[in-house]
Amino acid sequence: MTTIQEQIQQKEGIQPLDVNAEVILETRGLAKHFELAGGFLGFGNKPTLKAVDGIDVVVRAGETVGLVGESGCGKSTTAKLLLGLEKPTAGQIFFKGEDFTKMSRAAKRDYRKNVQAVFQDPWSSLNPRMRVRAIVSEPLQIVTKMTKGEINTRVDEVLEEVGLNAYQANLYPHEFSGGQRQRIGVARALALNPEVMVLDEPVSALDVSIRAQILNLLVDLQKEHNLAYLMIAHNLATVRYMCHTTAVMYLGSIKEIGDSEPLFSNPLHPYTQALISAALPSHPDIEREEIILPGEVPSPVDPPSGCTFNPRCPVKIGDVCEQWAPGLTEEETRHWVSCHLYGDAKERFAAGEAAPAAAAEDDA
Amino acid sequence: MVDSPEQDRVETGDYSDREDADRDGFGPSTVQDDVILELKNLRTYFQTSYGTVKAVDGVSYHVKRGETLGVVGESGSGKSVTALSIMRLIPSPPGYIVGGEVILDGENVLDLSDGEMAKIRGSKVGMILQDPMTALNPVFNIENQVGEAIRIHQDLKGQSLVDKIVHSLRQVRIPAAESRMKDFPHQLSGGMRQRVVGAISISCAPIVLIADEPTTALDVTIQAGYLRLLKEIQAETGVGIIFITHDFGIVAKMCDRVAVMYAGRIVETGDVRQIFNEPSHPYSEALLASVPKLEERTQRLYSIEGQPPPLFDLPPGCPFAPRCEYAQDVCRDAYPVRAEIGPEHTASCWKLLDFDISKADPEELAAAQSVSVTAAAEEQLEEAEAVAD
Repeated sequence: MTTIQEQIQQKEGIQPLDVNAEVILETRGLAKHFELAGGFLGFGNKPTLKAVDGIDVVVRAGETVGLVGESGCGKSTTAKLLLGLEKPTAGQIFFKGEDFTKMSRAAKRDYRKNVQAVFQDPWSSLNPRMRVRAIVSEPLQIVTKMTKGEINTRVDEVLEEVGLNAYQANLYPHEFSGGQRQRIGVARALALNPEVMVLDEPVSALDVSIRAQILNLLVDLQKEHNLAYLMIAHNLATVRYMCHTTAVMYLGSIKEIGDSEPLFSNPLHPYTQALISAALPSHPDIEREEIILPGEVPSPVDPPSGCTFNPRCPVKIGDVCEQWAPGLTEEETRHWVSCHLYGDAKERFAAGEAAPAAAAEDDA
Repeated sequence: MVDSPEQDRVETGDYSDREDADRDGFGPSTVQDDVILELKNLRTYFQTSYGTVKAVDGVSYHVKRGETLGVVGESGSGKSVTALSIMRLIPSPPGYIVGGEVILDGENVLDLSDGEMAKIRGSKVGMILQDPMTALNPVFNIENQVGEAIRIHQDLKGQSLVDKIVHSLRQVRIPAAESRMKDFPHQLSGGMRQRVVGAISISCAPIVLIADEPTTALDVTIQAGYLRLLKEIQAETGVGIIFITHDFGIVAKMCDRVAVMYAGRIVETGDVRQIFNEPSHPYSEALLASVPKLEERTQRLYSIEGQPPPLFDLPPGCPFAPRCEYAQDVCRDAYPVRAEIGPEHTASCWKLLDFDISKADPEELAAAQSVSVTAAAEEQLEEAEAVAD
């Protein structure tokens, strides 16, 4: 075994998921529709962009939930909804059992303290005119009543946790490399000691050899603080490494969600299968038969009826797929899929049962 | 919306049900014997206020007809500057190609006049730049942009020009090419724009294509289609491809051979399977161990501590030594010579010479040093020379 292999063997990856751990974040039927300009002089039909169209996600303490999907699937909008940066059109967000929309202003502030974010771009996410100390102090100054001395102590603490030195707090962001800047972003998110961190593509903008540093940092912090993460990523291998649970999104809805291991080794939804088949191999001898989906992802402004994936689905059953949006069926333990190939909806449809009305239907 | 499978295919350009389409990998090897591009000891330096940045410091590699060579490295490794040097697109000042040769189809491109180089650039050697989204001019339509290279290099006009443009667009599988070419870049999706840039680069049938990270930020399925397209074009035309990337997945899928670069030099070269199965340079090994795998659960990623060194202030010895798990004293004293691990598999690392400076050929060793060697190494070199005499 080489020195490098030995080193890896001695360290741990993500901790096993505790299904009985406290549920920190939960969404039910969460939806965000954007009304676009249209019609004539403001009258007439305004097209609706259904960015997120009814999703149910649960994030527990110590758990990383991954949201994967291609452009336009709604994963970034979901993150914004959870951070309170967008108001939901429908559905609910629960923080430790409490409905966010029904929270008092004080409770909402408490929520925001506990749901922090690490952004994708380590350049634009840090104010270039602020020194690191100021950047990491800012959330503490805004949300807490800590004294200057307490804040400074906390900043030093948190910088050390992310692998930076206290003296570096006096420098400006441009004096750091991309990986170090991302560490500053993590420090800032960690400063308030949140329960949940929303990680929006935290390593996509970084060099390959630096990604592992940041991913391992996040894994270690999770173990240390029992943090819950909601991670948005498009790299499936990264998701498999980091996430206990994975949700595959397409055009605003979750097509498949479950424990990462069974999901990746046995993908049930045709879209997940296509996504995995198109992913790059980790070794030249690995050959995957690529499932080529016809066309491109349709616009979320006029999504297909029934199952949004039906026009491109290589194994479409028939009318049931066009008229009945499948709900999530738990096909195996902790592995849900939204597809008529599973569950009994297709039999019920054939027997003449009408499809249920769509969950988040807005007024025409 | 799609109506019938036939309509489907024409509108979307999906030809996967054709008999000759190979769904499982890319079919038989396209690699031929003749070398169409060879770099010999290329050096490109930049004069900056920090000092001389040795962006490319003695890089040698070659590409055969029909072969895909992967050049792997992080930012600052010199992989893009090497490509720009081949195209002679290095801004001077502050950059200068200070040494070496670039032999393209038998002639040294560095000896050509500016005018002669302009005739080759875009026609004999094509380049797909790093950000195709901005490589297209937003105020000209596709016909105009794809036609630009053709107009300049092939001097075609009128209907024959239009035919050539349509042919190029068809080669990149853009459906309804005749009508699509009247569109402007903003009317096309990201994947389509990518293909148009590809069409521009192959429009004059180059013998070598340099692709500099063309699929960064593309969706998984779009990327897969684009890579497949490049391989199909290679099978059709025999073009040699230099694929610059930091993504080992692309290397695994696309490349026949690989050159790994670090701090302006090539640290390991070999067949793609040799690199994956037997990475012999500590940097290659570290890089491969730091990438998560999709096919199985990765226990823990290896993270390479530290950062690549600033290229204007390289320490003596191997630039990877500060981050290397295996480094010993000799590594900090002198830059290692190239050692052979297997047929056509070489790496520059003292580990392969048992950390024994005397095992290195004195002439090769002297040539490998770019910065002055330390006194200790100088002593050893003299000793080795004395023994050799």
